[in-house]
Amino acid sequence: MTNSVASGSEHPVLNGSAALLKSLEYLGITDVFGLPGGAIMPFYDELMAQSAIRHILVRHEQGAGHAAEGYALASGGVGVCIATSGPGATNLVTAIADAYMDSIPMIAITGQVFSHLMGTDAFQEVDIVGVTMPITKHSFLVTKPEDIPATIAAAYQIATTGRPGPVLVDITKDCQINSAPFVWPPKVDLPGYRPITKAHGKQISAAAHMIAESSKPVFYVGGGTVRAKAQKELLELAELVGAPVVTTLTARGVFPDTHPQNLGMPGMHGTVPAVLALQESDLLIALGSRFDDRVTGKVSEFAPNAKVIHVDIDPAEIGKIREADVPIVGDVREVILDLLPAYAEMPAADRADLTEWWAHLNNLRESYPLGYDQPEDGLLSPQAIIAKIGEMTGPEAIYAAGVGQHQMWSAQFIHYERPGAWLNSGGAGTMGFAIPAAMGAKVAQPERDVWAIDGDGCFQMTNQELATCMINGINIKVAVINNSSLGMVRQWQTLFFDGRHSFTDLQPLEGPEFIPDFVKLGEAYGCLSIRVRTEDEIEPAIKLALETNDRPVLIDFIVSKDAMVWPMVPQGVGNSKVQYAREHAPDWDQE
Amino acid sequence: MSQHVLSLLVEDKPGLLTRVAGLFARRGFNIHSLAVGTTEVPGLSRITVVVDVEGAPLEQVTKQLNKLINVLKIVELEPEQSVQREHMLVKVRIDAGTRSQILEAVNLFRARVVDVAPDSLVIEVTGDSQKIEALLRVLDPFGIKEIAQSGLLAMGRGPKSISERIYKN
Repeated sequence: MTNSVASGSEHPVLNGSAALLKSLEYLGITDVFGLPGGAIMPFYDELMAQSAIRHILVRHEQGAGHAAEGYALASGGVGVCIATSGPGATNLVTAIADAYMDSIPMIAITGQVFSHLMGTDAFQEVDIVGVTMPITKHSFLVTKPEDIPATIAAAYQIATTGRPGPVLVDITKDCQINSAPFVWPPKVDLPGYRPITKAHGKQISAAAHMIAESSKPVFYVGGGTVRAKAQKELLELAELVGAPVVTTLTARGVFPDTHPQNLGMPGMHGTVPAVLALQESDLLIALGSRFDDRVTGKVSEFAPNAKVIHVDIDPAEIGKIREADVPIVGDVREVILDLLPAYAEMPAADRADLTEWWAHLNNLRESYPLGYDQPEDGLLSPQAIIAKIGEMTGPEAIYAAGVGQHQMWSAQFIHYERPGAWLNSGGAGTMGFAIPAAMGAKVAQPERDVWAIDGDGCFQMTNQELATCMINGINIKVAVINNSSLGMVRQWQTLFFDGRHSFTDLQPLEGPEFIPDFVKLGEAYGCLSIRVRTEDEIEPAIKLALETNDRPVLIDFIVSKDAMVWPMVPQGVGNSKVQYAREHAPDWDQE
Repeated sequence: MSQHVLSLLVEDKPGLLTRVAGLFARRGFNIHSLAVGTTEVPGLSRITVVVDVEGAPLEQVTKQLNKLINVLKIVELEPEQSVQREHMLVKVRIDAGTRSQILEAVNLFRARVVDVAPDSLVIEVTGDSQKIEALLRVLDPFGIKEIAQSGLLAMGRGPKSISERIYKN
């Protein structure tokens, strides 16, 4: 109960729990994902007594964490997850690490044991602030109720501004129980936190000149462009310059896939034109991208002739992997807004001709389109299924993937036309991301169709959240791309470990065909559950899934385990070694 | 590898040292020495850290440290433009034959004897790293029983203060 001993003063006296709730409400938080336990019970008691904030009770705290991420990614806002102390808090750790790697704004609230018990190895005591230090943007321990408003406001500010990321707030049980005057808005004092969003004019001008002089420029667009909400500005700049655009795994959709300047995704499983455009470029215009090893391959051989303009809001990303010729610290959107007039001012005669560059790239596009072979074992092609899901559902939907082969195929074969349409675990590579992230996305954007495209390995890590979906009317659609194996590891074993498939077969037994039977499992959760084995069943199943909006849907697509993700740059070699298909490298001399 | 002296002005918050030390460990930066203490501004502490890195990784160190919310300011103190001191206590074995030689060394290094026992002395010395090392070399033949040494302390020369411009706005 709100402990409002309003003493005639303008600041009501609230217990810490009520203060936390009010703070979240005043910050505009409307949905939270969590699971109660001993050390967070006072807060849950307050939560029950109000209606401003919708709390969704998950089945595992990791689900709450990924749901908060999916919520943040789909809405462009912040995600909030709540857990109790000890194991509740540690169950959030994977999701916090995931949010940290992909710079997702998230507030994780955990209960902590009574302050007088801290440090005594009390029941369900874990130093979660200590545990999460390396994987949070910042963390707080709160022991006094009067500190709650300012701490929550600071957590919100840190999570959502600059380079976004997860912030953990650990609140002792006595802090939740004790009372103090509730002062809002609180004074947030963060003297050591001043993100730079506006770039130096000198750097902008240097960048504009460098772009104009380049005859082989490429926009290397990363997830930071999505976080900066710079899609409109990017489109304008890209069209003004006329250079090709590649969108990394976390940036898929920020530049429309159907745009003729989009060459697709670069990196280990990127398109041949995207990989080679970067490789052969004379100027990389890196926008909110961080030269991840999955993009660069062997760094010393990456884009050897390219100069680099590196725009990032995090100064530590600039020069971390690759030296920048023009380093620009700033918010991608603001930087592009400054770059547009600076570039437009340049006389057309001073701008390099990109005709030859485009002729080369278009040739690559024609010669090496994304494609796949039909499996030889007669089972379904996973790529065909994923492409069909995208084609039938369209660009307004949201697609969340787990991690592995199905993730790469979903990044490759679905067309993304807007940011927030594609959710995945890029940096951390967290298996099990799809179901809870799709759940969070559907809560944020209930009017959109939300697909979780999952592998059978991933699905078994977090499918318990289908109960949460069913009970709360969060009607997501799940496509399990079921190859009965840990497909990506199996692919590497096939290619790099002499085909020795060590512990990647998830169905090794003779006897029952499926353990577990996902259709029966889906039915146990109350989902409409369909198994698809043949080509003619694919379309009707997807159609039925799209028409069913009164409960979650699960389709178990039985696919070939021999399908592989191509193209591929093997780990540890330069991107020039990209293979279009197995033992099939592009023909370099072809012009 | 070369050594660099960084002076960090930080908010005095619980766990701050863990954040700084953890960052060094996680990013593979090697700490040579570390000294923490209060400053002239209430609520602010100063960490002097000597780090073993090359030039380019040093930039990563400072950029990553700057990302810590509680770190307000980082300054690299070059040896020529700063005063750098270490503090050491050293326990040396003595006997009637070595006593006068050791006391001579203590005087020569402008060190002080702070504890006397029949067969040992505790010597206190302050100075730059070279001086400390030199004293240890001199004492070594007599038998060093124990050493306690502080991290390096450093401060820029001239009138400017590291905490200036932190709380002005």
